[in-house]
Amino acid sequence: MPRFEPWSAPRAAGIIAEHTHLEGATLPILHALQETFGYVDAGAVPLIADALNLSRAEVHGCITFYHDFRAHPAGRHTVKLCRAEACQAQGCDSLHADILKRLGIAWHGTTADGNCTVEPVYCLGLCANGPAALIDDEPVAHLTADALEAALTEVRQ
Amino acid sequence: MSVTITVPRDAVALGLGANKVARALFAGAERRGLDVAVKRTGSRGLFWLEPMVEVETPEGRIAYGPVKLEDVDALLDGGLTTGGDHPLRLGDPEKIPFLARQQRLTFHRCGVVDPVSVEDYRAHGGYRGLEAALKLDAEGIVAQVRDSGLRGRGGAGFPAGIKWNTVMLAKADQKYVVCNADEGDSGTFADRMMMEGDPFNLIEGMTIAGVATGATRGYIYLRSEYPQAYQTLKEAIANGVKAGVLGENILGSGKSFHLEVRLGAGAYICGEETSLLESLEGRRGIVRAKPPIPALKGFLGKPTLVNNVMTFTAVPWILEHGAKAYADYGMGRSLGTLPIQLAGNIAQGGLIEVAFGITIREVIEQFGGGTRSGRPVRAVQVGGPLGAYFPDELLDTPLDYEAMAAKKGLVGHGGIVVFDDTVDMAKQARFAFEFCAAESCGKCTPCRIGATRGVETMDKVISGIRSEANLKLVEDLCEVMTDGSLCAMGGLTPMPVMSAITHFPEDFRPAGSLPVAAE
Repeated sequence: MPRFEPWSAPRAAGIIAEHTHLEGATLPILHALQETFGYVDAGAVPLIADALNLSRAEVHGCITFYHDFRAHPAGRHTVKLCRAEACQAQGCDSLHADILKRLGIAWHGTTADGNCTVEPVYCLGLCANGPAALIDDEPVAHLTADALEAALTEVRQ
Repeated sequence: MSVTITVPRDAVALGLGANKVARALFAGAERRGLDVAVKRTGSRGLFWLEPMVEVETPEGRIAYGPVKLEDVDALLDGGLTTGGDHPLRLGDPEKIPFLARQQRLTFHRCGVVDPVSVEDYRAHGGYRGLEAALKLDAEGIVAQVRDSGLRGRGGAGFPAGIKWNTVMLAKADQKYVVCNADEGDSGTFADRMMMEGDPFNLIEGMTIAGVATGATRGYIYLRSEYPQAYQTLKEAIANGVKAGVLGENILGSGKSFHLEVRLGAGAYICGEETSLLESLEGRRGIVRAKPPIPALKGFLGKPTLVNNVMTFTAVPWILEHGAKAYADYGMGRSLGTLPIQLAGNIAQGGLIEVAFGITIREVIEQFGGGTRSGRPVRAVQVGGPLGAYFPDELLDTPLDYEAMAAKKGLVGHGGIVVFDDTVDMAKQARFAFEFCAAESCGKCTPCRIGATRGVETMDKVISGIRSEANLKLVEDLCEVMTDGSLCAMGGLTPMPVMSAITHFPEDFRPAGSLPVAAE
């Protein structure tokens, strides 16, 4: 079952319209689009600009500023691995090297089977129980490469 | 009668399997014909014991932990529902020394109550602060906050009462209260724990701020890395509106306060208040030059009170018990309690709320129980990624804004990250620049360019290319960034770098090199 809907401009326009009444609607719209489609398609930029009376440059600038928003589809699942100091103190650097090697990808890469994309993140607030990760929205404490592999097998099913 | 068993839904507990434990408890109890209600709470912050399960018995709560999925059957067979014996039995959770030694003013409900229940919140003393506030006029509320000595807990330590007063006095058709819940510092999780475990404390604190300043709208700007906190806050706000503690005519006072939670999008810089406001307005999170200060010209150009989660959540207690009771805790000009977060390589990490003035060593030794790896402590970073690395000699520094500043460090948001003797401090210094390069908003040159040049120059130092000259260059660069940056991102990145160079010089000599004198 695909987690995300294929890009559709009319569907996007509908999502945008649901949010235009908000003060500072840009980020809520971008989050809603990414949640639906898995990324923010370039086709959404003029739609948002029109709806919020912004220039396309402003919308594009906003999308590119934030680490969360991506311009292209990612894997079916997103794994965020914490690279910040508290996890470094628990040996995350060598763990991450091992994980990326096992998956055969680099940071921001997607596995060949399209199952997951791995992204770096700076702090998940699980700092006394590192190394920490988020698989989609599920937190994982005391992460090991084996535990991640098992979790990824579980979500694949 | 049904026995209540509590299982935390805090992200740490979930990360250690709490949902599976909760399901197994429920199913296992059903199989055995036991009448059990599983209640989900936040965490008490004893993170090495998570998932920590508690049973309500006639003698009070009995805790067990850390409970793994495979322990559940043995626990149920061993009489868990009556507080029976088991190797994981911890007894009365409030008597566990880690918790018993604390002074929990702000966190006393966290891990105890159902986080999204207004009823449970009120049953544990909730909304007494707001009720007290509603009996005062605006000046009276602000005076309580001022006299408590409360200082902004986000890191800067600015007196909260002055900010509140400025917004209260500002004239505008609309004012705002904004909570900075963009807790991005590594080693900190107090905000997350509070929002997941006792969100109504934050909601009540913000409501009091709204009543005091005349702001009828509020926003919680939450980092997107906290999906559990987001769900809990949304649920709590919806329940608050239903119960009449949010929205129109709060508690029948005729005053209104509308609250909304907004998600950030992975930008550390948005923890800086002006950058946060830009982001909340829907733009790139670029730092604004001050003045004008947000208290006069903030969200959408209107007077805006921006405080951290820990600042707002201190307020209900202050209003309930009075400013003086709060100011009786602490030392010097750092009054009240500080929620310390003990993290990194530590045997017993978690949330430690105590009066200001405890030393770093006391926290690590009395609460932390040494490193998780069992190796000696070598460096301790206090106050997040922009905080200093302290060596053993400085660990007797008390956690107090002025005392930490005197040692060229900072309290920050109260995070303490412990490293053992395998840490490479040159690598940590390089990382501080790398982090700044990744997270700089790009508005000012010292930060935008300095961070990248810092990474490059540190690489040269590490690989032994004219190490000594390049280390001088790093020091020079740090001076420029400290003096010339617009905000704390570029201005404080030199703090971890310089503290590493100053306190751990041996790590900055290239491998195999000899001291100059030996040549």
